[in-house]
Amino acid sequence: MAGSNPNAKPMNLTLKVWRQKNRNTEGKIVDYQVKDISPEMSFLEMLDVLNEDLLRKGDEPVAFDHDCREGICGSCNLFINGRAHGPETGTTTCQLHMRKFSDGDTIVIEPWRANAFPVNRDLSVDRSAFDRIIQAGGYVSVNTGGTPDGNEIPIPKEIADRAFEAATCIGCGACVASCKNASAMLFVSAKVSQLALLPQGHVERKTRVENMVAQMDKEGFGACTNIGSCAAECPVGISLENIAILNREFLAAKATSNNLV
Amino acid sequence: MSWISNTFSSSIGRKIVMAVTGLFLCSFLVVHLVGNLQLFKNDGGLAFNAYSEFMSHNTIIRIMEIGLVLGFGFHIYEGLLLATKNKAARGSKYVSDHIEQNSPWHSRNMAVLGSIVLFFLVVHLYNFFGTLRFGTPLVDAQGNENAYALVVDAFHNIFYVVLYVLAQFALLYHLLHGFQSAFQTLGLNHRKYTPVIKLVGVVFSIVVCAGFAAMPIYFYFFK
Repeated sequence: MAGSNPNAKPMNLTLKVWRQKNRNTEGKIVDYQVKDISPEMSFLEMLDVLNEDLLRKGDEPVAFDHDCREGICGSCNLFINGRAHGPETGTTTCQLHMRKFSDGDTIVIEPWRANAFPVNRDLSVDRSAFDRIIQAGGYVSVNTGGTPDGNEIPIPKEIADRAFEAATCIGCGACVASCKNASAMLFVSAKVSQLALLPQGHVERKTRVENMVAQMDKEGFGACTNIGSCAAECPVGISLENIAILNREFLAAKATSNNLV
Repeated sequence: MSWISNTFSSSIGRKIVMAVTGLFLCSFLVVHLVGNLQLFKNDGGLAFNAYSEFMSHNTIIRIMEIGLVLGFGFHIYEGLLLATKNKAARGSKYVSDHIEQNSPWHSRNMAVLGSIVLFFLVVHLYNFFGTLRFGTPLVDAQGNENAYALVVDAFHNIFYVVLYVLAQFALLYHLLHGFQSAFQTLGLNHRKYTPVIKLVGVVFSIVVCAGFAAMPIYFYFFK
Protein backbone atom coordinates (compact mmCIF):
# COMPACT_ATOMS: atom_id res chain seq x y z
CA MET A 1 0.00 0.00 0.00
CA ALA A 2 1.45 3.38 -1.00
CA GLY A 3 2.50 5.52 1.95
CA SER A 4 1.94 2.73 4.41
CA ASN A 5 4.13 2.45 7.47
CA PRO A 6 6.06 -0.87 7.44
CA ASN A 7 6.54 -0.62 11.22
CA ALA A 8 2.82 -0.47 11.93
CA LYS A 9 2.05 -3.72 13.76
CA PRO A 10 -1.42 -5.22 13.33
CA MET A 11 -3.57 -5.23 16.47
CA ASN A 12 -5.99 -7.65 18.07
CA LEU A 13 -8.89 -5.98 19.87
CA THR A 14 -11.92 -6.86 21.97
CA LEU A 15 -15.03 -4.93 20.94
CA LYS A 16 -18.03 -4.48 23.22
CA VAL A 17 -20.74 -3.48 20.75
CA TRP A 18 -24.31 -2.38 21.46
CA ARG A 19 -26.67 -4.70 19.59
CA GLN A 20 -30.36 -3.83 19.35
CA LYS A 21 -32.84 -5.28 16.83
CA ASN A 22 -35.07 -2.21 16.53
CA ARG A 23 -36.38 0.70 18.55
CA ASN A 24 -38.99 -1.43 20.32
CA THR A 25 -36.63 -4.07 21.69
CA GLU A 26 -34.08 -3.94 24.48
CA GLY A 27 -30.47 -3.82 23.44
CA LYS A 28 -27.38 -5.30 25.03
CA ILE A 29 -23.60 -5.26 24.79
CA VAL A 30 -22.12 -8.18 22.80
CA ASP A 31 -18.38 -9.00 22.82
CA TYR A 32 -16.46 -9.57 19.59
CA GLN A 33 -12.79 -10.20 18.81
CA VAL A 34 -11.19 -8.56 15.77
CA LYS A 35 -7.77 -9.65 14.57
CA ASP A 36 -4.99 -8.15 12.44
CA ILE A 37 -6.31 -4.59 12.51
CA SER A 38 -3.86 -2.19 10.87
CA PRO A 39 -3.18 0.96 12.91
CA GLU A 40 -3.69 2.88 9.69
CA MET A 41 -7.31 1.84 9.34
CA SER A 42 -10.03 4.30 10.25
CA PHE A 43 -12.41 3.25 13.00
CA LEU A 44 -15.13 2.58 10.44
CA GLU A 45 -12.79 0.38 8.36
CA MET A 46 -12.15 -1.63 11.52
CA LEU A 47 -15.92 -2.07 11.87
CA ASP A 48 -16.04 -3.13 8.20
CA VAL A 49 -13.55 -5.90 9.08
CA LEU A 50 -15.79 -6.98 11.96
CA ASN A 51 -18.85 -7.03 9.69
CA GLU A 52 -17.07 -9.08 7.02
CA ASP A 53 -16.17 -11.58 9.76
CA LEU A 54 -19.77 -11.68 10.95
CA LEU A 55 -21.11 -12.14 7.40
CA ARG A 56 -18.67 -15.00 6.79
CA LYS A 57 -19.96 -16.69 9.94
CA GLY A 58 -23.54 -16.12 8.84
CA ASP A 59 -24.25 -13.57 11.62
CA GLU A 60 -26.02 -10.25 11.25
CA PRO A 61 -23.53 -7.43 10.61
CA VAL A 62 -23.51 -4.48 13.00
CA ALA A 63 -25.58 -1.55 11.68
CA PHE A 64 -23.86 1.82 11.87
CA ASP A 65 -24.31 5.07 9.96
CA HIS A 66 -21.65 6.38 7.61
CA ASP A 67 -21.51 8.19 4.32
CA CYS A 68 -18.67 10.42 3.15
CA ARG A 69 -15.95 8.95 5.40
CA GLU A 70 -14.01 12.18 5.08
CA GLY A 71 -15.33 14.03 8.13
CA ILE A 72 -17.84 16.36 6.51
CA CYS A 73 -21.23 14.63 6.32
CA GLY A 74 -21.87 14.07 10.04
CA SER A 75 -23.36 10.61 9.53
CA CYS A 76 -20.91 8.50 11.51
CA ASN A 77 -22.05 8.93 15.08
CA LEU A 78 -20.55 6.44 17.50
CA PHE A 79 -20.03 6.77 21.25
CA ILE A 80 -16.61 5.14 21.71
CA ASN A 81 -15.16 4.34 25.15
CA GLY A 82 -17.47 6.86 26.82
CA ARG A 83 -16.84 9.75 24.42
CA ALA A 84 -18.71 11.03 21.35
CA HIS A 85 -16.60 10.17 18.25
CA GLY A 86 -14.03 8.52 20.52
CA PRO A 87 -11.02 9.69 22.50
CA GLU A 88 -9.66 12.21 20.00
CA THR A 89 -11.10 15.75 20.08
CA GLY A 90 -12.03 17.74 16.99
CA THR A 91 -12.71 14.71 14.86
CA THR A 92 -15.52 12.54 13.55
CA THR A 93 -15.57 8.76 13.97
CA CYS A 94 -14.49 8.20 10.35
CA GLN A 95 -11.42 10.39 10.90
CA LEU A 96 -10.48 8.53 14.08
CA HIS A 97 -7.70 6.08 13.28
CA MET A 98 -6.82 2.81 14.92
CA ARG A 99 -3.34 4.13 15.75
CA LYS A 100 -5.08 5.88 18.66
CA PHE A 101 -5.62 2.41 20.18
CA SER A 102 -3.19 -0.28 21.30
CA ASP A 103 -2.97 -4.03 20.72
CA GLY A 104 -5.13 -5.87 23.27
CA ASP A 105 -7.44 -2.89 23.98
CA THR A 106 -11.10 -3.32 24.80
CA ILE A 107 -13.30 -0.77 23.02
CA VAL A 108 -16.91 -0.06 24.04
CA ILE A 109 -19.03 1.11 21.11
CA GLU A 110 -22.53 2.52 21.74
CA PRO A 111 -25.10 4.55 19.83
CA TRP A 112 -25.92 8.19 20.75
CA ARG A 113 -28.30 8.09 23.72
CA ALA A 114 -31.10 10.64 23.84
CA ASN A 115 -34.86 10.26 23.93
CA ALA A 116 -35.04 12.48 20.86
CA PHE A 117 -32.65 10.14 18.98
CA PRO A 118 -34.30 6.68 19.13
CA VAL A 119 -32.12 3.74 18.13
CA ASN A 120 -33.03 2.38 14.68
CA ARG A 121 -30.82 -0.67 14.98
CA ASP A 122 -27.53 -1.45 16.76
CA LEU A 123 -25.43 1.73 16.49
CA SER A 124 -27.69 3.60 14.07
CA VAL A 125 -29.96 6.27 15.56
CA ASP A 126 -32.78 8.31 14.08
CA ARG A 127 -31.62 11.94 14.00
CA SER A 128 -34.60 13.26 12.03
CA ALA A 129 -35.40 15.49 15.03
CA PHE A 130 -32.54 17.70 13.77
CA ASP A 131 -34.14 17.85 10.33
CA ARG A 132 -37.46 18.96 11.82
CA ILE A 133 -35.70 21.70 13.82
CA ILE A 134 -34.04 23.00 10.65
CA GLN A 135 -37.37 22.80 8.82
CA ALA A 136 -38.89 24.96 11.56
CA GLY A 137 -36.72 27.92 10.59
CA GLY A 138 -33.08 27.11 9.92
CA TYR A 139 -33.10 28.61 6.43
CA VAL A 140 -33.37 31.89 4.54
CA SER A 141 -36.34 32.31 2.21
CA VAL A 142 -35.23 33.75 -1.11
CA ASN A 143 -37.69 35.29 -3.55
CA THR A 144 -36.06 34.29 -6.78
CA GLY A 145 -35.15 37.02 -9.23
CA GLY A 146 -32.05 38.08 -11.04
CA THR A 147 -28.70 36.97 -9.68
CA PRO A 148 -27.46 39.75 -7.37
CA ASP A 149 -24.07 41.29 -8.02
CA GLY A 150 -21.19 40.06 -5.93
CA ASN A 151 -20.56 42.20 -2.82
CA GLU A 152 -23.90 43.95 -3.27
CA ILE A 153 -24.55 43.35 0.45
CA PRO A 154 -21.43 44.44 2.32
CA ILE A 155 -20.53 42.02 5.15
CA PRO A 156 -17.40 42.73 7.20
CA LYS A 157 -14.81 39.95 7.03
CA GLU A 158 -14.94 39.38 10.80
CA ILE A 159 -18.71 38.84 10.74
CA ALA A 160 -18.48 36.63 7.66
CA ASP A 161 -15.85 34.53 9.43
CA ARG A 162 -17.94 34.14 12.59
CA ALA A 163 -21.01 33.19 10.56
CA PHE A 164 -18.92 30.69 8.63
CA GLU A 165 -17.55 29.16 11.83
CA ALA A 166 -21.15 28.59 13.01
CA ALA A 167 -22.08 27.27 9.56
CA THR A 168 -19.46 24.52 9.77
CA CYS A 169 -21.81 22.46 12.00
CA ILE A 170 -22.27 19.11 10.29
CA GLY A 171 -25.29 18.10 12.38
CA CYS A 172 -23.69 14.91 13.65
CA GLY A 173 -25.38 15.15 17.06
CA ALA A 174 -22.22 14.72 19.17
CA CYS A 175 -23.38 17.74 21.22
CA VAL A 176 -26.62 15.96 22.16
CA ALA A 177 -24.82 12.65 22.74
CA SER A 178 -22.22 14.10 25.09
CA CYS A 179 -24.53 16.49 26.98
CA LYS A 180 -25.75 15.03 30.25
CA ASN A 181 -29.10 16.72 29.51
CA ALA A 182 -29.22 15.53 25.88
CA SER A 183 -29.61 19.19 24.97
CA ALA A 184 -29.54 20.23 21.33
CA MET A 185 -28.75 23.86 22.04
CA LEU A 186 -25.27 23.87 20.47
CA PHE A 187 -26.74 22.54 17.23
CA VAL A 188 -29.67 24.98 17.25
CA SER A 189 -27.47 27.90 18.28
CA ALA A 190 -25.02 27.27 15.43
CA LYS A 191 -27.75 27.74 12.84
CA VAL A 192 -29.49 30.59 14.67
CA SER A 193 -26.31 32.60 15.16
CA GLN A 194 -25.02 31.91 11.65
CA LEU A 195 -28.17 33.44 10.17
CA ALA A 196 -28.52 36.16 12.84
CA LEU A 197 -25.01 37.41 12.03
CA LEU A 198 -25.75 37.84 8.32
CA PRO A 199 -28.04 40.48 6.80
CA GLN A 200 -29.80 37.83 4.66
CA GLY A 201 -30.99 36.18 7.85
CA HIS A 202 -32.48 39.30 9.41
CA VAL A 203 -35.85 39.18 7.62
CA GLU A 204 -36.92 35.98 9.41
CA ARG A 205 -34.75 36.54 12.47
CA LYS A 206 -37.47 36.55 15.15
CA THR A 207 -39.75 33.83 13.81
CA ARG A 208 -36.72 31.64 13.13
CA VAL A 209 -35.48 31.53 16.71
CA GLU A 210 -38.98 31.24 18.17
CA ASN A 211 -39.94 28.35 15.89
CA MET A 212 -36.64 26.48 16.11
CA VAL A 213 -36.59 26.62 19.93
CA ALA A 214 -40.24 25.52 20.07
CA GLN A 215 -39.46 22.55 17.81
CA MET A 216 -36.33 21.72 19.83
CA ASP A 217 -38.42 21.57 23.03
CA LYS A 218 -41.16 19.56 21.29
CA GLU A 219 -38.65 16.93 20.18
CA GLY A 220 -37.77 16.30 23.84
CA PHE A 221 -34.21 17.60 24.01
CA GLY A 222 -33.05 18.81 27.44
CA ALA A 223 -32.16 22.34 28.53
CA CYS A 224 -28.60 23.68 28.53
CA THR A 225 -26.78 23.90 31.87
CA ASN A 226 -23.60 25.39 30.40
CA ILE A 227 -21.37 22.47 31.36
CA GLY A 228 -19.54 22.72 28.03
CA SER A 229 -19.32 18.99 27.14
CA CYS A 230 -20.91 19.71 23.75
CA ALA A 231 -18.32 22.24 22.60
CA ALA A 232 -15.52 20.03 23.96
CA GLU A 233 -16.73 17.07 21.87
CA CYS A 234 -17.86 18.97 18.75
CA PRO A 235 -15.81 17.64 15.81
CA VAL A 236 -15.83 21.04 14.09
CA GLY A 237 -15.33 23.21 17.18
CA ILE A 238 -18.66 25.09 17.39
CA SER A 239 -18.18 27.37 20.42
CA LEU A 240 -20.39 27.98 23.46
CA GLU A 241 -20.60 31.65 22.46
CA ASN A 242 -23.24 30.54 19.95
CA ILE A 243 -25.51 29.34 22.78
CA ALA A 244 -25.27 32.80 24.38
CA ILE A 245 -26.24 34.30 21.00
CA LEU A 246 -29.18 31.85 20.80
CA ASN A 247 -30.32 32.86 24.30
CA ARG A 248 -30.30 36.57 23.54
CA GLU A 249 -31.86 36.09 20.11
CA PHE A 250 -34.65 34.13 21.83
CA LEU A 251 -35.12 36.72 24.58
CA ALA A 252 -35.13 39.60 22.10
CA ALA A 253 -37.56 37.81 19.78
CA LYS A 254 -39.96 36.90 22.60
CA ALA A 255 -39.88 40.48 23.89
CA THR A 256 -40.40 42.22 20.54
CA SER A 257 -42.04 39.89 18.00
CA ASN A 258 -45.70 40.24 17.04
CA ASN A 259 -46.24 36.56 17.76
CA LEU A 260 -48.88 36.25 20.52
CA VAL A 261 -48.47 32.52 21.14
CA MET B 1 -51.21 36.41 27.03
CA SER B 2 -50.18 32.84 26.25
CA TRP B 3 -46.89 34.15 24.85
CA ILE B 4 -45.75 34.96 28.40
CA SER B 5 -46.40 31.47 29.77
CA ASN B 6 -44.99 29.92 26.58
CA THR B 7 -41.82 31.97 26.96
CA PHE B 8 -41.24 31.00 30.56
CA SER B 9 -42.15 27.35 30.09
CA SER B 10 -39.71 26.93 27.19
CA SER B 11 -36.29 25.42 27.90
CA ILE B 12 -34.51 28.75 27.43
CA GLY B 13 -37.21 30.65 29.37
CA ARG B 14 -36.77 28.38 32.38
CA LYS B 15 -33.01 28.82 32.19
CA ILE B 16 -33.47 32.58 32.13
CA VAL B 17 -35.56 32.35 35.31
CA MET B 18 -32.75 30.29 36.88
CA ALA B 19 -30.16 32.88 35.84
CA VAL B 20 -32.09 35.96 36.99
CA THR B 21 -33.12 34.46 40.34
CA GLY B 22 -29.61 33.04 40.79
CA LEU B 23 -27.97 36.44 40.35
CA PHE B 24 -30.59 38.02 42.62
CA LEU B 25 -29.76 35.43 45.30
CA CYS B 26 -26.06 36.30 44.81
CA SER B 27 -26.92 39.91 45.66
CA PHE B 28 -28.70 38.63 48.78
CA LEU B 29 -25.55 36.73 49.78
CA VAL B 30 -23.56 39.98 49.64
CA VAL B 31 -26.06 41.83 51.87
CA HIS B 32 -26.28 38.89 54.27
CA LEU B 33 -22.49 38.54 54.51
CA VAL B 34 -21.76 42.24 54.95
CA GLY B 35 -24.43 42.58 57.67
CA ASN B 36 -23.22 39.48 59.48
CA LEU B 37 -19.63 40.74 59.55
CA GLN B 38 -20.83 42.64 62.63
CA LEU B 39 -20.68 39.30 64.44
CA PHE B 40 -16.91 39.78 64.54
CA LYS B 41 -17.24 43.13 66.37
CA ASN B 42 -16.06 42.77 69.94
CA ASP B 43 -19.07 44.38 71.67
CA GLY B 44 -20.93 41.35 72.95
CA GLY B 45 -23.24 41.49 69.95
CA LEU B 46 -24.86 44.91 70.52
CA ALA B 47 -24.22 46.18 66.97
CA PHE B 48 -25.30 42.87 65.44
CA ASN B 49 -28.50 42.82 67.51
CA ALA B 50 -29.36 46.39 66.50
CA TYR B 51 -28.83 45.44 62.83
CA SER B 52 -30.89 42.29 63.28
CA GLU B 53 -33.69 44.30 64.92
CA PHE B 54 -33.68 46.73 61.98
CA MET B 55 -33.71 43.93 59.39
CA SER B 56 -36.64 42.16 61.02
CA HIS B 57 -38.85 45.19 61.71
CA ASN B 58 -38.20 47.74 58.94
CA THR B 59 -41.18 47.87 56.55
CA ILE B 60 -39.11 48.23 53.37
CA ILE B 61 -36.93 45.28 54.36
CA ARG B 62 -40.03 43.21 55.15
CA ILE B 63 -41.45 43.95 51.69
CA MET B 64 -38.11 43.04 50.08
CA GLU B 65 -38.22 39.82 52.10
CA ILE B 66 -41.23 38.73 50.01
CA GLY B 67 -39.09 39.18 46.89
CA LEU B 68 -36.39 37.08 48.49
CA VAL B 69 -38.82 34.27 49.27
CA LEU B 70 -40.06 34.38 45.67
CA GLY B 71 -36.46 34.39 44.41
CA PHE B 72 -35.64 31.28 46.42
CA GLY B 73 -38.96 29.67 45.51
CA PHE B 74 -38.59 30.09 41.74
CA HIS B 75 -34.90 29.13 41.79
CA ILE B 76 -35.61 25.92 43.72
CA TYR B 77 -38.77 25.00 41.79
CA GLU B 78 -37.32 25.63 38.32
CA GLY B 79 -34.02 24.01 39.32
CA LEU B 80 -35.65 20.77 40.44
CA LEU B 81 -38.01 20.77 37.44
CA LEU B 82 -35.16 21.29 34.95
CA ALA B 83 -33.02 18.64 36.63
CA THR B 84 -35.88 16.14 36.35
CA LYS B 85 -36.67 17.02 32.72
CA ASN B 86 -33.00 16.96 31.73
CA LYS B 87 -32.48 13.55 33.29
CA ALA B 88 -35.51 12.25 31.39
CA ALA B 89 -34.21 13.72 28.10
CA ARG B 90 -31.13 11.50 28.26
CA GLY B 91 -33.28 8.35 28.61
CA SER B 92 -31.09 5.28 28.91
CA LYS B 93 -27.58 5.54 30.33
CA TYR B 94 -24.34 4.85 28.51
CA VAL B 95 -22.62 1.60 29.44
CA SER B 96 -19.33 3.50 29.33
CA ASP B 97 -19.47 7.25 29.98
CA HIS B 98 -16.40 9.43 30.39
CA ILE B 99 -18.10 12.80 30.64
CA GLU B 100 -15.55 13.72 33.32
CA GLN B 101 -13.05 14.16 30.48
CA ASN B 102 -14.96 17.08 28.98
CA SER B 103 -16.66 18.98 31.82
CA PRO B 104 -15.99 19.72 35.51
CA TRP B 105 -17.81 17.67 38.17
CA HIS B 106 -19.47 20.59 39.93
CA SER B 107 -21.00 21.95 36.70
CA ARG B 108 -22.75 18.60 36.21
CA ASN B 109 -24.01 18.35 39.78
CA MET B 110 -25.68 21.70 40.36
CA ALA B 111 -28.89 20.00 41.49
CA VAL B 112 -27.01 17.90 44.08
CA LEU B 113 -25.07 20.92 45.34
CA GLY B 114 -28.22 23.03 45.34
CA SER B 115 -30.10 20.37 47.31
CA ILE B 116 -27.36 20.36 49.96
CA VAL B 117 -27.64 24.15 50.18
CA LEU B 118 -31.43 23.81 50.42
CA PHE B 119 -31.12 21.34 53.31
CA PHE B 120 -28.73 23.76 55.00
CA LEU B 121 -31.18 26.62 54.38
CA VAL B 122 -33.96 24.78 56.21
CA VAL B 123 -31.71 24.07 59.21
CA HIS B 124 -30.40 27.64 59.11
CA LEU B 125 -33.89 29.14 59.12
CA TYR B 126 -34.84 26.86 62.02
CA ASN B 127 -31.71 27.91 63.97
CA PHE B 128 -32.15 31.68 63.75
CA PHE B 129 -35.08 32.97 61.74
CA GLY B 130 -37.58 30.64 63.42
CA THR B 131 -36.69 31.69 66.96
CA LEU B 132 -36.42 35.41 66.13
CA ARG B 133 -39.66 35.61 64.19
CA PHE B 134 -41.84 33.06 65.95
CA GLY B 135 -40.16 32.31 69.29
CA THR B 136 -39.40 34.43 72.35
CA PRO B 137 -35.75 35.44 72.08
CA LEU B 138 -33.79 37.00 74.93
CA VAL B 139 -33.24 40.75 75.01
CA ASP B 140 -29.83 42.45 75.19
CA ALA B 141 -28.59 45.49 77.17
CA GLN B 142 -30.06 47.89 74.59
CA GLY B 143 -33.45 46.19 74.59
CA ASN B 144 -32.97 44.53 71.17
CA GLU B 145 -33.74 40.88 70.57
CA ASN B 146 -30.52 39.04 71.35
CA ALA B 147 -29.82 37.32 68.01
CA TYR B 148 -26.15 37.26 68.94
CA ALA B 149 -26.87 34.90 71.85
CA LEU B 150 -28.58 32.49 69.43
CA VAL B 151 -25.49 32.55 67.20
CA VAL B 152 -23.14 31.86 70.12
CA ASP B 153 -25.40 29.06 71.26
CA ALA B 154 -25.72 27.37 67.85
CA PHE B 155 -22.04 27.67 67.01
CA HIS B 156 -20.97 25.91 70.18
CA ASN B 157 -22.72 22.83 68.84
CA ILE B 158 -20.14 20.89 66.80
CA PHE B 159 -22.90 19.33 64.67
CA TYR B 160 -24.06 22.75 63.46
CA VAL B 161 -20.48 23.99 62.96
CA VAL B 162 -19.64 21.02 60.72
CA LEU B 163 -22.92 21.29 58.82
CA TYR B 164 -22.52 25.03 58.24
CA VAL B 165 -18.94 24.70 57.00
CA LEU B 166 -19.77 21.76 54.70
CA ALA B 167 -22.76 23.68 53.33
CA GLN B 168 -20.42 26.54 52.42
CA PHE B 169 -18.33 24.11 50.36
CA ALA B 170 -21.48 23.04 48.52
CA LEU B 171 -22.40 26.69 48.01
CA LEU B 172 -18.85 27.45 46.82
CA TYR B 173 -19.00 24.88 44.03
CA HIS B 174 -22.61 25.83 43.22
CA LEU B 175 -21.51 29.45 42.77
CA LEU B 176 -18.30 28.60 40.90
CA HIS B 177 -20.45 27.25 38.08
CA GLY B 178 -23.63 29.23 38.68
CA PHE B 179 -22.26 32.77 38.68
CA GLN B 180 -20.63 32.69 35.24
CA SER B 181 -23.29 30.32 33.90
CA ALA B 182 -26.02 32.90 34.65
CA PHE B 183 -24.34 35.47 32.39
CA GLN B 184 -23.99 32.91 29.60
CA THR B 185 -27.69 32.02 29.90
CA LEU B 186 -28.65 35.70 29.68
CA GLY B 187 -26.68 35.88 26.44
CA LEU B 188 -23.91 37.98 27.97
CA ASN B 189 -20.94 36.29 26.35
CA HIS B 190 -18.31 38.55 24.87
CA ARG B 191 -14.65 37.94 24.27
CA LYS B 192 -13.79 41.10 26.23
CA TYR B 193 -16.06 40.62 29.23
CA THR B 194 -16.49 36.87 29.66
CA PRO B 195 -12.96 36.31 31.04
CA VAL B 196 -13.62 39.16 33.51
CA ILE B 197 -17.00 37.68 34.52
CA LYS B 198 -15.39 34.28 35.07
CA LEU B 199 -12.64 35.76 37.24
CA VAL B 200 -15.10 37.86 39.24
CA GLY B 201 -17.23 34.73 39.70
CA VAL B 202 -14.34 32.76 41.19
CA VAL B 203 -13.29 35.59 43.52
CA PHE B 204 -16.92 36.25 44.53
CA SER B 205 -17.58 32.57 45.29
CA ILE B 206 -14.45 32.15 47.40
CA VAL B 207 -14.84 35.41 49.33
CA VAL B 208 -18.54 34.89 50.11
CA CYS B 209 -18.22 31.24 51.16
CA ALA B 210 -15.01 31.79 53.14
CA GLY B 211 -16.68 34.72 54.91
CA PHE B 212 -19.71 32.65 55.92
CA ALA B 213 -17.61 29.63 56.87
CA ALA B 214 -15.43 31.81 59.10
CA MET B 215 -18.40 32.60 61.39
CA PRO B 216 -19.11 29.16 62.90
CA ILE B 217 -15.36 28.44 63.09
CA TYR B 218 -14.69 31.74 64.86
CA PHE B 219 -17.45 31.24 67.43
CA TYR B 220 -16.64 27.58 68.09
CA PHE B 221 -12.96 28.20 68.77
CA PHE B 222 -12.74 31.78 70.02
CA LYS B 223 -16.04 32.80 71.63
